[in-house]
Amino acid sequence: MATTPKPQETAKIDHRPPLFEKGWMDKPAEIRPGIYCYGSKPKNLEYVGMPYPKDWNPEDEDWQLPENWKEIIEEGFKDRLDRFRSLKVFMDICVRCGACADKCHFFIGSGDPKNMPVLRAELLRSVYRKKFTTGGKLLGKFGGGRDLTEDVLKEWWYYLYQCSECRRCSVFCPYGIDTAEVTILGRELTNLLGLNIDWIAAPVANCYRTGNHLGIQPHAYKDMLDFFTDEIEDITGLRMEQDMNRKGAEILFVTPSGDVFADPGTYTCMGYMMLFHYLKSIGLDITWSTYASEGGNFGYFTSHEMAKRLNAKMYAEAKRLGVKWILGGECGHMWRVLNQYMDTFNGPPDFLEEPVSPLTGTKFENAKTTKMVHLVEFTADLIKNNKLKLDTSRNDNLKVTFHDSCNTSRGMGFLEEPRYVIKSVCNHFYEMPPETIREQTFCCGSGSGSGLNAGEDMELRMRGGLPRANAVKYVHEKHGVNMLACICAIDRAVLPNLMDYWVPGVQVTGVHEMVANALVFEGEQKRTTNLRGEPLPGMEDEEDV
Amino acid sequence: MNFFLSIIFSSFAVLVVVLIPWIGVGALDLRALFGVVIPYAAMATFFVGIVVRVIDWGRSPVPFRIPTTAGQEWSFPWIKRNPIDNPKGLGGVIVRMLFEVLTFRSLFRNTRLEYRRVDGVPKVDYEWEKWLWLAAILFHYSFLVIFLRHFRFFMEPVPGFVTLLQNLDGFMQMGAAPFNGFGLPGVYLTDMLLMAALTWLLLRRVLYSQIRYISLPADYFPLFLILALGFSGMLMRYLFRVDVTKVKELAIGLFKFSPTVPDGIGVIFYIHLFILCVLIAYFPFSKLMHLAGIFLSPTRNLANNSRFVRHVNPWNYPVPTHTYEEYEDEFREHMIEAGLPVEKGADATAESEEKE
Repeated sequence: MATTPKPQETAKIDHRPPLFEKGWMDKPAEIRPGIYCYGSKPKNLEYVGMPYPKDWNPEDEDWQLPENWKEIIEEGFKDRLDRFRSLKVFMDICVRCGACADKCHFFIGSGDPKNMPVLRAELLRSVYRKKFTTGGKLLGKFGGGRDLTEDVLKEWWYYLYQCSECRRCSVFCPYGIDTAEVTILGRELTNLLGLNIDWIAAPVANCYRTGNHLGIQPHAYKDMLDFFTDEIEDITGLRMEQDMNRKGAEILFVTPSGDVFADPGTYTCMGYMMLFHYLKSIGLDITWSTYASEGGNFGYFTSHEMAKRLNAKMYAEAKRLGVKWILGGECGHMWRVLNQYMDTFNGPPDFLEEPVSPLTGTKFENAKTTKMVHLVEFTADLIKNNKLKLDTSRNDNLKVTFHDSCNTSRGMGFLEEPRYVIKSVCNHFYEMPPETIREQTFCCGSGSGSGLNAGEDMELRMRGGLPRANAVKYVHEKHGVNMLACICAIDRAVLPNLMDYWVPGVQVTGVHEMVANALVFEGEQKRTTNLRGEPLPGMEDEEDV
Repeated sequence: MNFFLSIIFSSFAVLVVVLIPWIGVGALDLRALFGVVIPYAAMATFFVGIVVRVIDWGRSPVPFRIPTTAGQEWSFPWIKRNPIDNPKGLGGVIVRMLFEVLTFRSLFRNTRLEYRRVDGVPKVDYEWEKWLWLAAILFHYSFLVIFLRHFRFFMEPVPGFVTLLQNLDGFMQMGAAPFNGFGLPGVYLTDMLLMAALTWLLLRRVLYSQIRYISLPADYFPLFLILALGFSGMLMRYLFRVDVTKVKELAIGLFKFSPTVPDGIGVIFYIHLFILCVLIAYFPFSKLMHLAGIFLSPTRNLANNSRFVRHVNPWNYPVPTHTYEEYEDEFREHMIEAGLPVEKGADATAESEEKE
C-alpha cells in the first residue's frame, strides 16, 4: 500500500500546467500508487455476472483485455449515444471555456490538469470525435480526435475513477454539461471489459447477495441493532427495541448499511432508533428490513443497469411486507438515485400509498409517486409541528457546521431541511463560506467509490477533500467549530480521516445523532453522556454511571 | 497537441480562408462563384446541418430526469424554495432556460481559484471572476446587434427597428480614431465591443495556463475566423469603402432567389462574405452548435419533480435481481435462530438443500 504524504507535502500543488509541453493527448497517464484503487476482483464480478472477470493490477503493463476490446468499447459507446441524449449533446457542445476547470475538488487538491472536468470529458470526447464525427475522422488530432489505444483506455480508467460524480462543475457550466453523466457512462464502458475498482465491485456483489454493501448477514444485522439497543439503554435507561422484517407495518425504513457498521455512523443509527422509539407511543408503526438493508447504491457507480438491479429490492421488500410507504435514512447518492432514478427504474409502486406522516398528518406531496420520504424532512416536519421535546442544551458543547452532500444538494436541492433540523437541536451553528456550501458544496473527496474507505488511495482522498477541509478549517479557526454535520453515510465514513489530516479537532456527526442527544424521553434516567459516551455539557464532573 | 501548433494551424487555416476569395475574385474574377454559389451552398449547409444535428440529438431519448439542482427544492410550504434554479414544473424550466440563454446565468456564477500556501498550510479561496461572463455576453449581444444591423443590406425598405438599432449603436458619434473628421463614418459601439470581447476571449486562451492546456484548434479557429470577419467588415466600413448600393443589389438578389452579380464591388467585400460563408458552413459541425445544444441539455431543461411526477424511460428493460426468496433460502437458518420472521419454515431450508 502506498504511503500517504504529510499534509505539508500534499499541499505543494501547482495548478498551472507548464508552457512548453506536449499536448495532453500525447501524454499517457502515469498510474500512481496512492491515487488509484485496486482493480476489481474476479469473484465480485462473477457473482453479479459482469463480463471479463480477472485478477489484475492496474500498474501491470498487461490488463488482460479481450482481443476485440476496441470493438466492445466502440459498440458500447455507440449504444450509449443512442440511448442517452445527455451523452450525445455533452460530447458535441462543449466550447472549452474553462469555467469548470478550477471547480473540481480533485483538480484543486491535485493540480493534475486531467482532473479539470473539461479535460476529463475530453478524454472521451477525443475518442468520440475520431470515431463518430467527420471532422475528427478527417483531421485527426487537428480536429480534436484521437485513436482509442490501450494507453487511452488506461487513462480513462485512471481518471474516470478519480471523479466522484459530484456535479459541482455542472452548476458552473453555461450549457449544463454534467461531468458526472460522462463519468457514469464512461465507467459503464470500462465495466464492459471487467475494469472496475474493487471498492465498488465488492460492495455491489455484497449488496446483491446480503442486501447491503458491507455484506452483513441478517442475523448479524440484528445483532448490531441489539448491541445499539444495549448502548442506548446504558445512556437513557430505556430499552428501545426495533422491529425487523415485520409484515404489516405502516412504514419501511431503509438506510445505508454504513450507519450500522462504523463510528460515527453508528451514533446516527442509534439516533434513528431513539427517534422511532420516541414516536412509537404516539403512533409510529415502522419496521427495518435485513433484505432491503442498504439505502446506498454502488451499482450506480458501475452502470445504470446495476443501479437498477440493486435498487429493485426497496420496492420489492415494501411490497412483500405490505407497508404503505418508505422512509429513507441519511445518505447522499442514495437520495440522488431515489429522487432522480428510482421510480423510473423500478416503479411505479402502485401497491404503496401517498406518504402521510402518521404523527402530524402532513402529506409529503413532493414524494407522491416514489412514495419515499427523507428522514430529515420527516423530522423537520415533526419539529415544526412541535411533536418532539428537545433539550438543545445537551448539544451546547458542539459548535456545528453543515456539509451539504453533493448528491442531496445538486441532485435534489435538499438544503434547508437539514439546516432547520440542526438549528432546532443545537444552539451553535455556523455556515462555511458560501462558495463551499449548498449548490456549490464540495465533495468529501471520497464519493462515488473514488475512495470510500479505501486505504490504498488515501493520498487522492486527502487531496480531493482539501477544499472541503479548507472551508471547515476556516470556521474552525473563526468560530471554534468542532463538529461537522452531514446527511451522508459516505461522509460519515470518510470525513473523520479528512479532518484528522487537515483540520485536527473537528469531529463528524450525522444529523440524527444530535436530534437523539437533544430528545427528552419520558421516564429516561438523568443523562450524563451523549451517544458517544462523552459527558454532556455541565456533566463533566458527574461520576460515570 | 501543444498550443503553438494549435494556434499556428488555426491561424493558417483562417489565412487560407482569406486568401481563397482574394485570389478567386481578385485574380480569377470568379464573382458568381463567390457571390452566389458559395453563399447558397453555405446557407444550405448551415440550415440543413443544424436541423440534421438537432434531429440526431432528439433521436436519442432522455431516459432519466437529471436536472442539476442549484437551489432549494419544492418542499414544505414553510420552506422557501428556489423556483428558478430548482424548477418543479414547466414554468420554472422555461424561466430557468430564459435566464440561461439570455443572461448566461450559470457562467455568471463563475469564480476563480486562489491557491496559496502560508507556512506550508494550504489556503484555498474563490475570488470574483466575471470577466469571462462579461466577454461572453458582450460578444454574443454585439454579434446579434451587428447581425440585425446588416438587415439594411438585404431589406428594402430598411425596417424601422434596423434604423433605430443603427442609431443607438452609433450614438456616440465617434470617428474612427485616429482619423476623426476625415469624412469617415461614425464608429459603431458594437464593432468595438465585439472586437474587444473576442480579443479577450482569445487572450485568455493564451495567457491562462489552464485554458491554454485545454484549448484545441477547434477553439482558436472560430475565434480567428470571427476576428477576421469583424476586421474585414470594419476595413470595408472605415477604409476600403465598397459600393453599398451594389452590395445591396447582390444581397437582395440572393434572398429573392434571383441572384445578380453587379460589377464593381471591391474584393474586400468578397473576402468578408466568404469568411461568413465558411463560418456558417462550419457551424453545424463544430462546438458552435452550443447555440442549439443548450436547449436540449437535460441538466437544465428538466424539472426536478421525479419524486412526484413519474418519468418513463422508453428503453427500460427487465433486469435480473436477487429476490427475497433467494435471500431467505440462503440465510433462513440464521434468521430463524436470530428470531427474525421468515416466509417459510425451517424445513424449507432442508428442501432447498435437497434440490441442490
